[in-house]
Amino acid sequence: MDGLLTEAFLSSLFTGAIVAAVPMLLAGLGEQMSEKAGVLNIGIEGMMLMGAYMGFLVAFKTDSLWLGFVGGILGGLMVAIAMAVLCVRLGLNQIVIGIGLTLGAEGLTALLHHFQFSRTYPRLPVPERLNIPGLTDLPVIGPSLFGRHLIVYLALLAVIILALLYRRTNLGMTLRAAGESPAALDVAGGNVLGIRVFAVLFTGAMAGLGGAYLANIGAGLFVPFMTGGAGFIGIVLAMLARGRPFWVLIGSLIFGAALSLTTALQVAGSNIPTDVIQMLPFAAVMLVLVLFGRRAKLPSALGAAYERGAR
Amino acid sequence: MALATETPTNLSPQKGTGIIGVHGVTKRFPGVIAVNNVSLSIHPGEVHVLLGENGAGKSTLVGMLAGLQEPDEGYLTLEGQKTRLASPSASLDAGISTVFQHSMLVPTLTVFENLTLGAPWYERPPRAAITQRMEELKRDFALSLPLDAITGELSLGQQQQIEIARALLRDSKVLILDEATSMLTPQGAEELGARMQKLVQGGLAVIFITHKLAEAYRFGTRISVLKQGALAGEMGPEDLRGMSEDQAVDEIVRLMFGREAGAASAELRASTARAETVLKVTDLSTRGDSNVMGLQNISLDLKAGEILGVAGIDGNGQKQLAEALAGQRALAGGRVEIDGEDISLASVAQRRRKGLRYLTDDRLSEGSVGAFPISENTVLKDIGQPPFWTNGIERPHRIAQHARDLIAKFSVRTPSETTPIGRLSGGNIQKVLLGRELSGDARVVVFNKPTYGLDLQNIDTSRQRIAEIASRGLGVVLISTDLDELMALSDRIAVMEGGRVRGILRNDGSGEVLRLRIGRMMAGEEEQKQATA
Repeated sequence: MDGLLTEAFLSSLFTGAIVAAVPMLLAGLGEQMSEKAGVLNIGIEGMMLMGAYMGFLVAFKTDSLWLGFVGGILGGLMVAIAMAVLCVRLGLNQIVIGIGLTLGAEGLTALLHHFQFSRTYPRLPVPERLNIPGLTDLPVIGPSLFGRHLIVYLALLAVIILALLYRRTNLGMTLRAAGESPAALDVAGGNVLGIRVFAVLFTGAMAGLGGAYLANIGAGLFVPFMTGGAGFIGIVLAMLARGRPFWVLIGSLIFGAALSLTTALQVAGSNIPTDVIQMLPFAAVMLVLVLFGRRAKLPSALGAAYERGAR
Repeated sequence: MALATETPTNLSPQKGTGIIGVHGVTKRFPGVIAVNNVSLSIHPGEVHVLLGENGAGKSTLVGMLAGLQEPDEGYLTLEGQKTRLASPSASLDAGISTVFQHSMLVPTLTVFENLTLGAPWYERPPRAAITQRMEELKRDFALSLPLDAITGELSLGQQQQIEIARALLRDSKVLILDEATSMLTPQGAEELGARMQKLVQGGLAVIFITHKLAEAYRFGTRISVLKQGALAGEMGPEDLRGMSEDQAVDEIVRLMFGREAGAASAELRASTARAETVLKVTDLSTRGDSNVMGLQNISLDLKAGEILGVAGIDGNGQKQLAEALAGQRALAGGRVEIDGEDISLASVAQRRRKGLRYLTDDRLSEGSVGAFPISENTVLKDIGQPPFWTNGIERPHRIAQHARDLIAKFSVRTPSETTPIGRLSGGNIQKVLLGRELSGDARVVVFNKPTYGLDLQNIDTSRQRIAEIASRGLGVVLISTDLDELMALSDRIAVMEGGRVRGILRNDGSGEVLRLRIGRMMAGEEEQKQATA
């Protein structure tokens, strides 16, 4: 295996890990807020895909990556609004609606893409990267760690901001209370449905942004179904992270590394069959669940719609 | 507090409409009139006791004052002004704070966070202000709370203090305490009584809901008795002053039941214990974790015809002991024998067939399937067994007949045996479960808080049934947080604290002396110093 540890292999491993980790990180952070507030947001995969589609479309039409990100956020929000109305306001089953929204978004984005581009997959120009003199020039880790698009560092900043928000603010406390005992929050004068709607919309925005990153930075193009379960992995990350944004970051890097091994092993010319290599991230999910799944602690009222005075 | 200076001037203090007026309020739920044309007047400086059996409408009335429900007919007034309380926040804004029967705190948040829960999201947590106000509360009302402790790790008494502190921090004018003593030790209830007196002296109005007669007399300035949703009578301060406790209790009982019931506390039951041992527990241990207390080296034995009481403050391992006996909780060590036969590894069903019966305190989620009709709930533990199933085929007529017999025998109040059990009141569900556990060939019955949350009449009949079960030669393990109940029924009383049995005392009828000994054991022998913030 000595031949594997070449500079090309490591460089593509690190680069791939980060590129793959960022969408999952964003999705996981978003999902985490929904789960804290008591909404199991299975529609996140659909939100991400809608974000990828809208993000790509806007970036393609306007030639602006940043407007593309705004488009992605709006795309995710559109699906999230449906989720918030159906599951929080009307109290419908979160799992059924979540699956429905994901399937709906998959079909809709594929259809719209087909109408617009037929079977062509136009590419966006390669994004400009951050260049920190000195650091970016380091061998192996330089380009992968310090030469990424600015959005990567904003995602890292979000980890810190969210951690502070959950711990230090009334908003964070209200979110936790809504997921743990909504009735207690209600009689204390808080607004359970309001905070849950907010959390679902935040999830939509983050997932949409993650999707836009996936399309515009990760791939540079939009392909139907391109999220390929990244949103679902976000759900797993949120569950394993026990409410801590920092653990979502760690988890997304582990899964990102597993995903990027796929490419890195091919770059290295390994003779392991591709099918086995492509299984890796999902095997990693199961391995992590077996190892840490029992310790995952979820809010008590997760998945249950809240209705005042119901008994 | 602030209210002492603003006494309503247009109203005479005795007969005015008070700070809250309830005017001809009626609330209906499908099939029942929960509250029927009730009028009340709540005055500052008074502890107003709402007394009534289960299903008398107390909780519904509380719900309307707390903004959880709105009346179908009638209206509420606030300082003489007609008002609507459409949501909990409207109720809070009106100066009404409610401490509900079931804790309305978020167990995973800290005490400080629970105190500020409901504050606008954009505000910064007011740490310094709260700390200062808590100092005042500590001085004025002896409320002392560790602000950074996780709420779920505190005792129920302390949790209740958090809710009271929260009400005071909001400068409430009215404090509603719904069944506030049901979770407390006798000492804790006394402390609460003293605290209520201090609060009303400060000008607050307290509404205290209870079904315990003695508490009503000792703590109340004014007592309103509810019966089947309607106001059955009211005793004002001038009435109560002229009465002794016995007279007041007699009067209340008359109002509640419309008949003269005998002494409220039963006399010591004559022992029916026999020589043979039916249940023997040796060194029983279970594992615990951060949510569940583990049991350590519990040894008990139970004779046929004996009632072994298990005392303890709620949450000291009684539930785990009951589950370990019933086979619902794996043992980490030790053994359980029934009639000399080791059943430590036997399943729930095997133990049931050996004659071990368990009556859970969790009637709704563990004891019954709410959406199933009563009839199916009566045979829930006999699925597939004759005579209700023959050759795997259900016999609905036999089940229905069995259920009708049970409903008649245990006087369950229900339209029919096909009514889903979840629609019944707690007391009636309890009757169905009791009937279910007593059917068939029982040897040992484990009761976990069998009369908790029941009304007086049902408590009385339940206790008689328990005594009768023992007199038939069955062994009874009676877990209860009600010392009166244990001292009335038990031959011996085991006291649990921190997952251990601290001692087993013979119930020798020594009354107060025994009660004090048990109380000290429940508190863990040495008086634990209250944690100070």
